[in-house]
Amino acid sequence: TKCVHLPPEVTATSRHYVDRLFDPDPQKVLQGVIDMKNAVIGNNKQKANLIVLGAVPRLLYLLQQGSSSSELRAECAVVLGSLAMGTENNIKSLVDCHIIPALLQGLLCPDLIFIEACLRCLRTVFISPVTPVQLLYTDPTVIPHLMSLLSRSQRTQEYITQIFSHCCKTPEHQTVLFNHGAIQNIAPLLISPSYKVRMQALKCFSVLAYENTQVSMTLVNVLVDEELLSQVFVRMMQRDQPIDMQLTAAKCLTYMCRAGAIRTDDSCIVLKTLPCLVRMCSKERLLEERVEGAETLAYLMEPDVELQRIASVTDHLVAMLADYFKYPSSVSAITDIKRVRHWTLLIEPSQQHTTLHTTLDHDLKHAHELRQAAFKLYASLGSNDEDIRKKITETENMMDRIVSGLSESSVKVRLAAVRCLHSLSRSVQQLRTSFHDHAVWKPLMKLLQNAPDEVLVMASSTLCNLLLEFSPSKEPILESGVIELLCSLTQSDSPALRVNGIWALMNMAFQADQKVKGEIVRALGTEQLFRLLSDPDSNVLMKTLGLLRNLLSTRPHIDQVMSSHGKQIMQAVTLILEGEHSIEVKEQTLCILANIADGNTAKELIMTNDDILQKIKYYMAHSNVKLQLAATFCISNLIWNEEDGSQERQDKLRELGFVDILHKLTQASDPNLCDRAKTAMQQYLA
Amino acid sequence: FESLDKLAVTGTHNPLTLHLKNLDYLLLGDPAFNYQEAELNERLKRLYPAVNEDETPLPRSWSPKDKYSYIGLSQNNLRVHYKGHGKNHKDAASVRATHPIPAACGIYYFEVKIVSKGLDFLSSLLPLSPIPGWDKHSYGYHGDDGHSFCSSGTGQPYGPTFTTGDVIGCCVNLINNTCFYTKNGISLGVAFTDLPPNLYPTVGLQTPGEIVDANFGQQPFVFDIEDYMSEWRAKIHGMIARFPIGERLGEWQAVLQNMVSTYLVHHGYCATATAFARATETLIQEDQTSIKNRQRIQKLVLAGRVGEAIEATQQLYPGLLEHNPNLLFMLKCRQFVEMVNGTDSEVRCFSIRSPKSQDSYPGSPSLSPRHGATNPNLHSAGADSPTCSNGVTPPNKNKSHNKYPGVSSASSSSSSSPSSVNYSESNSTDSTKSQPHSGTSNQEETSDSEMEIEAEHYTNGVAENPSARIMNGTYKHQEILQAQDISLEDSCASRQLCGGNQAATERMIQFGRELQGLNEQLCREYGKNVTHKKMLQDAFSLLAYSDPWNCPVGQQLDPMQRENICSALNSAILESQNLPKQPPLMLALGQATECVQLMARVRSGSCSFARVDNFLH
Repeated sequence: TKCVHLPPEVTATSRHYVDRLFDPDPQKVLQGVIDMKNAVIGNNKQKANLIVLGAVPRLLYLLQQGSSSSELRAECAVVLGSLAMGTENNIKSLVDCHIIPALLQGLLCPDLIFIEACLRCLRTVFISPVTPVQLLYTDPTVIPHLMSLLSRSQRTQEYITQIFSHCCKTPEHQTVLFNHGAIQNIAPLLISPSYKVRMQALKCFSVLAYENTQVSMTLVNVLVDEELLSQVFVRMMQRDQPIDMQLTAAKCLTYMCRAGAIRTDDSCIVLKTLPCLVRMCSKERLLEERVEGAETLAYLMEPDVELQRIASVTDHLVAMLADYFKYPSSVSAITDIKRVRHWTLLIEPSQQHTTLHTTLDHDLKHAHELRQAAFKLYASLGSNDEDIRKKITETENMMDRIVSGLSESSVKVRLAAVRCLHSLSRSVQQLRTSFHDHAVWKPLMKLLQNAPDEVLVMASSTLCNLLLEFSPSKEPILESGVIELLCSLTQSDSPALRVNGIWALMNMAFQADQKVKGEIVRALGTEQLFRLLSDPDSNVLMKTLGLLRNLLSTRPHIDQVMSSHGKQIMQAVTLILEGEHSIEVKEQTLCILANIADGNTAKELIMTNDDILQKIKYYMAHSNVKLQLAATFCISNLIWNEEDGSQERQDKLRELGFVDILHKLTQASDPNLCDRAKTAMQQYLA
Repeated sequence: FESLDKLAVTGTHNPLTLHLKNLDYLLLGDPAFNYQEAELNERLKRLYPAVNEDETPLPRSWSPKDKYSYIGLSQNNLRVHYKGHGKNHKDAASVRATHPIPAACGIYYFEVKIVSKGLDFLSSLLPLSPIPGWDKHSYGYHGDDGHSFCSSGTGQPYGPTFTTGDVIGCCVNLINNTCFYTKNGISLGVAFTDLPPNLYPTVGLQTPGEIVDANFGQQPFVFDIEDYMSEWRAKIHGMIARFPIGERLGEWQAVLQNMVSTYLVHHGYCATATAFARATETLIQEDQTSIKNRQRIQKLVLAGRVGEAIEATQQLYPGLLEHNPNLLFMLKCRQFVEMVNGTDSEVRCFSIRSPKSQDSYPGSPSLSPRHGATNPNLHSAGADSPTCSNGVTPPNKNKSHNKYPGVSSASSSSSSSPSSVNYSESNSTDSTKSQPHSGTSNQEETSDSEMEIEAEHYTNGVAENPSARIMNGTYKHQEILQAQDISLEDSCASRQLCGGNQAATERMIQFGRELQGLNEQLCREYGKNVTHKKMLQDAFSLLAYSDPWNCPVGQQLDPMQRENICSALNSAILESQNLPKQPPLMLALGQATECVQLMARVRSGSCSFARVDNFLH
C-alpha cells in the first residue's frame, strides 16, 4: 500500500469505523458495517483511508465467516463493492487481499442478496484494467457456477454478463465460455426487459464472436423467442435504439461476417450493419463512438471490395472522415469536454472531481484515437478500388495529413497513417502524382530508421511500391541511401520484413543502371544473397530470384555479374532446380537461366555445364507449360544466330538431342510454346 | 478498377406481384388494382399519419397534365417512358407527381426503378411553379455523372452513377429542409439543404427507350425509410422530453399541479382533488360543497337519472336552467330517452325489481337529505381517515373509458369484489391503503356521496342495472359484456320499453307530450330551432320500433350519449359560478392539438412526429 498522509482527525474517524468491526457484539459489528457503507459512498478519500487502516481483511473475514449472519455478510460485500468503486489503487489493494477467491466462494451461498452483492463487487473489480482476468479462470468450477446463477435475477444477469464481456480477452477464454454454454445461456437475455441486461448480453456476444469461427457459426443458428439472432441484432441497430446498443449490435454482426458466418452480400450486412457503422462516424456521435465505429467499419470491409465501394458512397463517408482530423478544434474541445464529463458522471459519481487537466489529457488521447481510426478506415476503403483511392486523395489536405501522421508521436497513429499510405500506394496514378507532389518518401524514410516492427512492415511495404520503375519518387529515394537500410531488413527475423526488403531491392534493380546494380550486389553481399535463396519463406525466395533476374537484365550487365559471381549463381540455380519448390519458383529460376543465356560471355557458363543442360532438357519436356516455355526460351537464347559461336552451340545442342525436343514442341497445343519452338527451330534453318 | 455495374440490387424482392396473381382468382372486378390501392393507402397512412389528405393530398402517381409531350405514362401513371428524339439537352423532358409533398409528412420518401438503360438524369424535386419555369428551383441527381444540381445547369459531384436495374430513392426531410438520395437502399448523404416548400417528386429523361417505374408507396421500399423516420421521431420526442425549463422548475411544477387539481375539481372528483391538494400543499379554488354538488348532478346524469339531475340542479342552482332554456331542453330530451331506456327515476319507480336490488336501492327521495347529512361527516372524518378514497371511483371511470382493453378484467372482477377494484385504481395515498382494513361496514357512513354505496351494492349482484355499471365507470364495456355474459332472459327483461311497465309507459308518453309542449313554447319565445326539432324527432323515433335498442336511432340509448349533456350541464354550472367552463388541462390539450395542425399548415415538418396522441396513454 502507498504511503498516505492523513490529517490525524480524519484518521481518527476512519480508525473508529475499523475498530467497530472488531466489536464482540455481532449486532454492533453489523451496525458498524452499515455506518461504514454510508460513510464511504462517493468518498474516495474515506475509501483510501479505510483500506490503509486494514478494513479489507477484516471485512473479508466477516464475509467468509459461516457464523456471520447473512445480513452482515451481504453488507460486507456491499462495502467492499463500494471500496472497489474508488481508484485503481483501491482495486489493487483489494486484489492483493485475495478478494476475488473470497467473493467467488461467496457465490456458493444460497442467499440471493448476498450473491448479488458479491457479484456486484466482482463486477467492479473485474472491469478494472488492473485486475488480471486470468483470476476468473483459475478455478474451473467458477464459470459453470456463474452460468447457473444467470437464472437467479436480473442483477445476477447484468453483473455476470458484464464480467464475462470484460474477462474474455483471448481465444482460450472464448472457448472456455463457449464450452460452458455461454451462447445458450446468454441468448435469452437479449430480450430481457432490463436494458442493462440486454446491453451486457450483447457486449458478451461481441467479444465471444470476435475472430472466432466456432462461436460465429453457432450464433447464426441461434433462435431467441423464435427469431434468428442476426435479426435480433438487426433490431438492436434500429436508429431509435440507444447508440451504444446500435454500435455493439453492429460489432456482433461485423465479427460474425468476418468469421465467415454471414455472407458479405447479405442484406443485414449491406443494408443494415454497414450503414449503421457509417452513421457512427458522423459528427453527431461522441468521440468514442466515432472511433469504434470507424475501426469496426474498417474491419468489416477490409476483405471485400464490394463493401468498400458501397461504403465509399454511403452518406459522404470519405468527406465525413476528414472531420476526424479537425479535433480538438477550439469549439469542439469545450463541448466535448462537457460531454466527456457528463459521461463520466453517469458511470461513477465518485469520479466527480476529475480535474480539467485529466480531461484535457483525455482529449488529446481522443485526438490521437480519432486520427488513427480515420487512417485505418481510409486504408480499408482504398485497398482495392482505384476510384475510391482517387476520392480519398482528393479529400481536403489528405496527403498533408498522412505526411504529418507519419511523424506523429503516437505509434498507433504512425502505424495507421502508414497503412493508409500503403493502401493508396497501390495506385499507379497516385504514385505518379500526389505521392510525388507531397514527397511522401521523406517522412517514410525517416519512419524506417527507427520504428517498431509492425510499423516497419507497413513502411517497407509502401516503400516497395514507391520504388516501382514508373514512380517519380524512385530517384530521390535512391539518392537518400536506402540500399543499406533495405539490405539490413533482409537480415531481419521477421519473414515479412525480409520479403519487403528484398522486394524493394528487386523493384529498385528493375531496369536500373549498372551503378545501382553494382551497389545492390555490393551492399547485400553474395553471402546474404545466397542465404536468401535458401530462405524457408517461399516469398523471400521468389523475390530474391526476382532480384537476380532484374540484376541479370541487359547483356553487359549479365556478363559483368556473371563474370564476378557466375560460379555461385550457377550453383544456386542448380540447387533450386533440384530442390522441392513450387512451379513459380522453378519458372523464375529457368527465367534466370534464360537471362544468363542471353549474355555474351555468360552463355558459356551454361554451355559448359552439362548438368544444367540436362535439367533444361528435362524441363522442356515437363508437363507444365510455363516451365516448358521458360526452358525453351533459354535454349532459344543459346542457339540464337548472329552471335559469336552460335554455330558451335547449335551443333552441341543438336548432339544432345534438343532439336528433336524442339521439333516435338512445334506440335504443342499451347500456341505460345509452339511459336517459341518454331522460332528456335528457325535458328537452325538459317 | 471501376465498374459500378456490379452493384447488386439486394433487397428488391417484390412479393407484391405474386400476391396479386393469387388474388386474381379470388376477387371480382379489378382486384389487383383494388388490392394494390388498399395496400398503398395503408402504407401511406402508416408512413405519414399526420397528413390530412383532404387538405394536402399525397403524391400517388405521375401527373398526366404536368408533363412534357415527349413523356409517355402507363401502368396507372407509375411508369414513365421517353418518346422524344433525345438528340441534345433541349430534348430532355420531365414529369412531376400529381401533388406536392405535404409538410405534415415530416419525412417524405419515394423511389424510382430504372427499368431500361440510358437514363440521363433523374431530377427529383420541383417546387410549384408554372410549367415553362420548370428548370428554375429544381433539384436533381444525374445518373450519367452522379452529380447533383440545384437550380442551375452546372452540377456538383455528389454520388455514384446509376443505370438499368438500380433503384434510386429520394428522401425529403421537411423538418430540417434537407434532401438525400439513396441507391439500392443505401443512403448517399445529404444532397441539398435549405429546400423551399411545396416540392413535387419529378423525373426527367433524355434518351429514347428510357423507362422508369415510380414507387410512391405502392410497394415496399428498398431503403428502410421507417428506420430513418424512427430516428427523427426519437429525436423530436427527446427534444420535447428534454425541453429546457432551467430556473423555472418550481413554476412548472406549480402549473402542472394546478392543471391536475383543476381537472379533478372540474369533473367533481372531490376526494381525489382534496387528497391531491393536501399532498401537493395547494389550494382548491372552488368550495368543497360546490364540487360535491356538481359531482352529484353529474353522477345522476351519467346514471341516466336525468329527471333527478334536473331537479337537483334547480334546487342547488336556482335560475340556472331558466337562463339556459336550450340546456334544459336538451336535458329533458335526454330524460325522455332515459325513460325509454327505463333508467329515469320517473319510470323506474314503477318497475318490478328483484327483492335484493330493491332493498339495496336507496331511492331518490332519501338522496338529498342524506347527502346533506354526510357532508359534515366527511369533513370531520375525511382529513385523517381513509374515507376520501371512496371518492376516487369516478377517476376510475374516466381511466377505463380511455382504454377499453384494460377494462374488461376490471369490470369482470367487479362483480366479485367491487371494493378491490376501486381501491386498486385509486391514487395510492397512505390513507387509501388502510381502507381495506376498515372493511365494508363503515363504507356506508363514511362515503361522501350516496352514489358510491349504490355502486357497491349493484355491482355485487344486479348486473343488469346500468346505473351500477356507470358508477364503476365501465358502462360502455359492460354493455357489451351484458350481451355476452348475462343470460338472455335477464337482458330481455331489462330491455323492454320503460322497463316493461305499463304505467311507466304511460308516464313516458305523457312526458313526451310535455316535452313537445316545451318545444313549442321555446319556438314561440326564441324562434324555430332546427337542432331542437331534430333532437325531438330522434327521441320520439325510438317509439316507432319494437326494439328501440336495435333500431337506426338506437344509438341514443347508449349510455355513452350521456357524456355530452353531462359535461354541458357541468360547464353551465361552472360558468354560472364564474368558474372556467373548461379545465385548463383540456384547454392545453386542445391548444397543443391545434398547434400541431397549424404547424402542418405553416409547413413545419416536425409536426409529424410531435403528435398529441403520442403522449396520451
